[in-house]
Amino acid sequence: MSAISPPEQRIWWKAPLDKLEFIWIAIAFVWSLVMFVMMIWWHIYGNQNLANVVSKTTKEMYAAKTQAVVDKYTVRTETDKQIPVVKPPAGSDIYLIGRLWDWWPIYELEKGKTYKLHLSAMDYMHGFSLQPQNINIQVHPNYDHTVKITPTQAGTYSIVCNEYCGVGHHAMVGRIYVK
Amino acid sequence: MATTYRICPRTGLQFDTDAEKLMRWNAVAGVLALLLGGIMAVGVVLTRWPAVHLLSAETFYMVLTAHGIDMLLFWIIFFEMAVLYFASSTLLHCRLATPKMAWLGFWLMAIGSVMTNVAIFQGESSVMFTSYVPMMAKPHFYLGLILFAVGALIGCFVFLGTLVVAKAEKTYEGSIPLVTFGALTAAIIAIFTIASGAVILIPTLLWSMGFIQEIDTLIYRVVWWAMGHSSQQINVSAHVAIWYAIAAIVFGAKPMSEKVSRSAYLLYILFLQLACAHHLLADPGLSAEWKVVNTSYFMYFAVLASMIHGMTVPGAIEQAQRLKGYNKGLFEWLRKAPWGNPAFSSMFLSLIGFGFLGGISGVMMGAEQLNMLIHNTIYVPGHFHATVVIGTTLAFMGLTYFLVPVLFRREVLFPGFAKLFPYLFGLSMYIVALVMMGAGTLGVSRRHWDMAFAGSPLAYEWPGAAYLMMGLNGVFGTIAIVAGGLWILQIVFSLLFGKKLDEGELRNSPIPLTLPAPTGGHAAHPPATPGTMVLALVFLVSFILYYFVNWKYLSSLWGLA
Repeated sequence: MSAISPPEQRIWWKAPLDKLEFIWIAIAFVWSLVMFVMMIWWHIYGNQNLANVVSKTTKEMYAAKTQAVVDKYTVRTETDKQIPVVKPPAGSDIYLIGRLWDWWPIYELEKGKTYKLHLSAMDYMHGFSLQPQNINIQVHPNYDHTVKITPTQAGTYSIVCNEYCGVGHHAMVGRIYVK
Repeated sequence: MATTYRICPRTGLQFDTDAEKLMRWNAVAGVLALLLGGIMAVGVVLTRWPAVHLLSAETFYMVLTAHGIDMLLFWIIFFEMAVLYFASSTLLHCRLATPKMAWLGFWLMAIGSVMTNVAIFQGESSVMFTSYVPMMAKPHFYLGLILFAVGALIGCFVFLGTLVVAKAEKTYEGSIPLVTFGALTAAIIAIFTIASGAVILIPTLLWSMGFIQEIDTLIYRVVWWAMGHSSQQINVSAHVAIWYAIAAIVFGAKPMSEKVSRSAYLLYILFLQLACAHHLLADPGLSAEWKVVNTSYFMYFAVLASMIHGMTVPGAIEQAQRLKGYNKGLFEWLRKAPWGNPAFSSMFLSLIGFGFLGGISGVMMGAEQLNMLIHNTIYVPGHFHATVVIGTTLAFMGLTYFLVPVLFRREVLFPGFAKLFPYLFGLSMYIVALVMMGAGTLGVSRRHWDMAFAGSPLAYEWPGAAYLMMGLNGVFGTIAIVAGGLWILQIVFSLLFGKKLDEGELRNSPIPLTLPAPTGGHAAHPPATPGTMVLALVFLVSFILYYFVNWKYLSSLWGLA
């Protein structure tokens, strides 16, 4: 008799456990607990936790807030599309728009300083994928998600869109400078 | 209820004629979906191979939508219906409950799958498997999915009804077999899955027809994934049941302990669905507590269950082999296993690949903070090609070699290719899964037409290693597709031209299953399984190392709070 037939012993639930099988279950259980505690431990001691500061917004409201920051702190424009490069003071709220098919505007941040980065989409969902860091966050329309970020290395970073958003999806790339 | 019962002369299995016909039709429909999904895979693989970049963006996204839906839903769920009918009526020696309802279910699934495919190939429903709002597909895209789901739901209830029939008509003694228990787990999860699908797809259909103004994107993702991920949990339960079944058929292996294996399935029923939360770890609006509790399947109880099955399946094989005298050293039982039997080699490659590649990566990316490293990168398809292709599909393909003579009563043609197939397909899929995970670790996006970002003024340059890995994905993906295509040809040729085999005895009443008389006291103590334990410990060490390497990687990123 085997796994495709009814158990030979009617009272199978009283059959003793195999010793090695029991040891393996005990080891696997301990490992499961370690992994569970790890996530909580990182919330207390780790430096990379995704904040859950979020508010409902509308496309118009969010666009207006972004425009206000751009108007105030733009230092130059880049590319043929005249994308503003915005240099906000450390600690301030910065707004990034995801839309078909770009991330707007470009920010210039200071290394080691903390900023409150707001993320929202204007149309479909988009995927904030910061490269070559590889930090990936889902961006929803009508939700304003605020994440405190602290760039730790200087350089030029790209924001790739990694949530499918239609036929121009592959060309949706933004930029962040860290000086 | 005039059905007949056939006793298979090769295996002694007893088939209700109605159930047998349903199994055949469901299996064939599944393979047709696999064929279509496989043809779509050519377009996907060759477009993501940077040196080839075959299709235009528009066609690529259409083909990718079809690939995902045909493979993840249609192929697998059709085949699972056949597994459900087999695990109930055949293994319990009873008639199938309400065969007419089962046919209604089949035809709803068939009509639904055709309808959704038509919608996709008409070109205005390239919304991916996930069809995230507010991107809108044509109404018949959603309607097809709903019809398919209703059909599958009917199939699940026919399965449950058959269990009731078997119990009422006393066709077996004692408890249902472990494999049937696994199928029951799959059916329970399927009902949850389909109910969630209805909750989200019906409003989405109404929205695409203009009756509803707006669907909240966050609510859509939460409820959609209760279907999207759970449908893959049906697969896990089903293919683990098939591992046990193949171990039983090939080796006569007996579960090491019925209690342990069944408890592990119970953990699946209780906790596996929480894994839906894995997809929402990088989303706003859900608290960290919610994420931690759910994504850990409540303290990793479902992972524990998989680790238990991962040991008890090879453990049962080791015990059976040692009883046959393959007792030398740690691994003679494994060395002397029938590596030329495609049902066994498929099952074993499925088990190892599912555990080492799919399992470890799944738990890693399911950890709340680590998820930020890979969310929406091609790491995710890397993971689920290890679970769904190596785990589920390879196990189903291996089982099919067993089903052709038993269910279709035809001899398998080209037995030489059958021996080779699991290695050719399985190992190239191992590499495909690995290089996708590698490219994803470097950040390469999934569902992305052009990694060179043609037309973008701010294009990003991926590291050379990412291009290398996407190239390897192209090469080995192509090999896997060719192997899979040859497998389909082999099965179709065998069904059409294979030597007809003896049908066996036909009866008007089923033979009930009886238990042997109690022997008094316990049977001889089964042998210990040190070889399996060593394999399990190798697995554990790889798991621990890989897990902490990723925390190290995470700690090097920008500060986020």
